[in-house]
Amino acid sequence: MDRAWIPEGVQRCSAGAFYSWMALWLFVLGAAVTTALLILWKGLNQTNMNDYFGFGAWITADLGVIALGAGAFFSGFLTYVVRIKELKALINFAVIIGFICYSSALLILILDIGQPLRCWFGYWFPNIHSMLTEVIFCITLYFTVLTIEYVPLILENRKIYANPVAHTLSHNFHEAMAIFAAIGTFLSFFHQGSLGGMYGVMYARPFAFREGFFVWPWTFFLFIFSAISTGPTFTILITMILQKVTKKRLVPRESLSVLAKIAGCLLCGYVIVKIADTYYWATHILPARGLTFAQQYHGYQYGMWLPYVEIGLCGVIPAIILITRRLRENDKWLVLACALASFGVVLNRFIFTVQTLAMPVLPFDKWYIYFPSWQEWVTSMAVIAYGAVIISLSYRYLPVFPYERDLNPPAR
Amino acid sequence: MSEHQEVASKEKYGMVIDLDKCTGCGACTVACLSENNHYVREDESDKLHSVTWMKVYKVTNGEPFPNTKVAFIPRPCMHCDHHTPCVSVCPVMATDYNPLTGIVSQIYTRCIGCRYCVGACPYHARYFNWWDPVWPEGMHKLLNPDMSPRMRGVAEKCSFCNHRLQKAKDKAYVEGRKELKDGEYVTACAEACPTRAITFGNMKDPESAIAKLIKSPGAFRLLEKLGTQPKVYYLSNESWIRELGDNALGRKKRGGLA
Repeated sequence: MDRAWIPEGVQRCSAGAFYSWMALWLFVLGAAVTTALLILWKGLNQTNMNDYFGFGAWITADLGVIALGAGAFFSGFLTYVVRIKELKALINFAVIIGFICYSSALLILILDIGQPLRCWFGYWFPNIHSMLTEVIFCITLYFTVLTIEYVPLILENRKIYANPVAHTLSHNFHEAMAIFAAIGTFLSFFHQGSLGGMYGVMYARPFAFREGFFVWPWTFFLFIFSAISTGPTFTILITMILQKVTKKRLVPRESLSVLAKIAGCLLCGYVIVKIADTYYWATHILPARGLTFAQQYHGYQYGMWLPYVEIGLCGVIPAIILITRRLRENDKWLVLACALASFGVVLNRFIFTVQTLAMPVLPFDKWYIYFPSWQEWVTSMAVIAYGAVIISLSYRYLPVFPYERDLNPPAR
Repeated sequence: MSEHQEVASKEKYGMVIDLDKCTGCGACTVACLSENNHYVREDESDKLHSVTWMKVYKVTNGEPFPNTKVAFIPRPCMHCDHHTPCVSVCPVMATDYNPLTGIVSQIYTRCIGCRYCVGACPYHARYFNWWDPVWPEGMHKLLNPDMSPRMRGVAEKCSFCNHRLQKAKDKAYVEGRKELKDGEYVTACAEACPTRAITFGNMKDPESAIAKLIKSPGAFRLLEKLGTQPKVYYLSNESWIRELGDNALGRKKRGGLA
């Protein structure tokens, strides 16, 4: 039925199977849109946030997907600026993942602010001292860059490409892609950093506060480092999942191995820096404010297990797997390492977002527990359905993987 | 960290709360709610959603009976003087530090409701409007015309009854004066306190009551180690209360919420 829209020389499932698959995800997405409308209508009282937890599941989800979406800019940087040719097989898909991550983050942010109709105030009345201003500017600009990177791929759809205007436009976009990759890298570095800076500058919140270099607290650099080391692992993870679902090899194994090796080296560096940061925070920053490391953790939800899981299980272990050639060449180990690293960066963002606010600063105050409402869960989890819809459409109708035909020759 | 712009001014308003005089009656909280047009929902039992610019904490010394001691700590906004945490983080400049008076105030019509200020404030003095403000039938006639009600989805905080300062200045202008007398501008909470535990005034006026009180030996501020330089001071002769004002390493006994 839609054969003419599918790229030439590749095999796709039947239209019926595809539409059934899409119907499932669109149903989930529909439920999330309905919930979002409920929130916009009734207000943020539909969440379990309160005056202690001004940030919650949505900011965690935002920061998590933005970190995971860093695979797009970093792969773009490695492909177009450093010119690692193996990554050309992956770059289109990395851009799509980045586009999904950033667009969903912006959609969640619209829900998260109390006055969505004033969202443009961030550009109109910018406070140049606020890290959030930098985040607002860089994220929207980088989302524009991602859209510019995604558009040529859409124009390469078989039917659209037949149009001479689309053909010329697509060609010219490709010519300029290295420039956009460089701009994207610059913008992404800054906003990944600004997101970390948002917490590090809160000097009256000892759990998050960090000293730093010039106007940038150490969290600024830690967030960049964690994003560029775990973003590529998420790109690898989603590629492996897609290969599993489609039962095809879509990118050469070597491409995944090269990216995994780079991510592994970066993750090693990040883990070392993160441990050093935690040590300095525990031995200098906290005592200067009359606090101890142990006081920063409490009970089960905010317990001492968090740093062990975040840095140990989801940092040290995947780093070792990824830098060990024998392990990263094994698909199962690679998936495990990428899943752990991806989960670790989301956990890191959760800790900085929620635990920062949970830890009582006033000596006579107590810990409070935050658990998201069903409305927060549904809208946050909708990112998965949204991603599935975009990836499914892109995979079926666009030439996302340039080596797919070579890797899957038609059966004789 | 950037300092606030230094402006030659003869005014810097602050507050002193004598905890040894505070009975925890809550008159300050009620006066604040009334003065500043706060709405009250049918069920206000969830205190993490209640807007109380002046919140009264009940604390104990942590000792078992019969050595238990109890005190009340009224907590307005501290109007931090150094790198005010909520001012620097606001992405849309909806929180303002007035260098002429030292008062930190909120521009409700500019706030986008991102709640970064709520997270940045260690005193929990910032509140978010989770609901639309609704008053019982006819009660809107009792609203204070000098204070704007806030809409759903914006942050708010104690303003040291900034509108009263405007009124006092208007009155002084009509009377041909350029400066206010001590006690001419006071907050609603200070006015309502039955034991006169709250003193409000110009800290830069050496003759003012507050300028003398902040030099008292029992004066302290909350979380001084953070360096926020609050303009709200507390007084107490009880050492355990003064110790509760800040975190300290190696403290053997720790009091807390009653």
